[in-house]
Amino acid sequence: MEIKTDDYQIWYEPEKSTVFCSGYLRLNGSEEYQPIMELLISAIGAQPIITINLRKLEFLNSSGISMLSMFVIKVRQNGNIQLIFEGSSKILWQTKSLKNLQRLMPTINLDFS
Amino acid sequence: MPQSSTDRVFGRFLEPLLPTEEYLTINFSPTSGSRKEYWRNNGISADFLGDYFSSFFPISEDTQAKIDKRNEIKSMVSFIANELLENAMKYSEQNFRLPVTISLHLYEQELVFIAANYAHLTTIATYQEFIQEIISSDIDDLYLRQMEKAATGESGSSMGLLTMINDYNADLGWKFVSLSDKPEVSKVIIMVRLKV
Repeated sequence: MEIKTDDYQIWYEPEKSTVFCSGYLRLNGSEEYQPIMELLISAIGAQPIITINLRKLEFLNSSGISMLSMFVIKVRQNGNIQLIFEGSSKILWQTKSLKNLQRLMPTINLDFS
Repeated sequence: MPQSSTDRVFGRFLEPLLPTEEYLTINFSPTSGSRKEYWRNNGISADFLGDYFSSFFPISEDTQAKIDKRNEIKSMVSFIANELLENAMKYSEQNFRLPVTISLHLYEQELVFIAANYAHLTTIATYQEFIQEIISSDIDDLYLRQMEKAATGESGSSMGLLTMINDYNADLGWKFVSLSDKPEVSKVIIMVRLKV
């Protein structure tokens, strides 16, 4: 599973149970984010742990932040899945906004490096 | 701009703006370009503003800081300018081919963004309701409620403004100016102030 454009790349590595996101995401509203949302949801599958690696995602607009919220709520509804977000302490939007996702699901593990 | 009795102001909208040597305005006049091209311009312009204004700030000498001041300014400006442009483009009245503008003014202790577009009165009514909610609510609570709402896909652009306030400590103000020759449209001006 992979979505690749000049601006961003999203792919799933099943052996690591990790979805990697990199580049600049400034899509127009939830409709344009739908394919990425579908990739994220399909990665939930039967795995007990899922990791979303954002360490190379330099930019995410607020529609993208809403998409992540939507994903967190889907995982929350599934119950019994450990969700990990891997972020970078060098990317400002991640240091400012990722912690908000924990308010939707306090068991989220935020791993900054 | 002369103040008319139908003009409305919400939040902290400073007028007149204090003069500054350092400011930049970008004006987008409507063209026949596709919506996608238009959208792409938002990101390019926001990044340009971020790059340009960050050059006024020093590269941090604090080696312990994970993000130096220059990069912090660049990222903040780029995020906020992009959100303002996305909103202005999304909610502009298409029938009159009126422009969208964004200005950024640099002061010793703050950056002031001003974005303007023209919107239909029905769009404005919904927007003003949301602004009232921002002004009268506890932002922390409203942010969480809107996040839950966003998850159902129904929150529109509200997360952009809330993210500016909640995550970047921005101070927002709005002004709505009616047009005498186009009664169904008003000019929407948003001011965003960031401490630097």
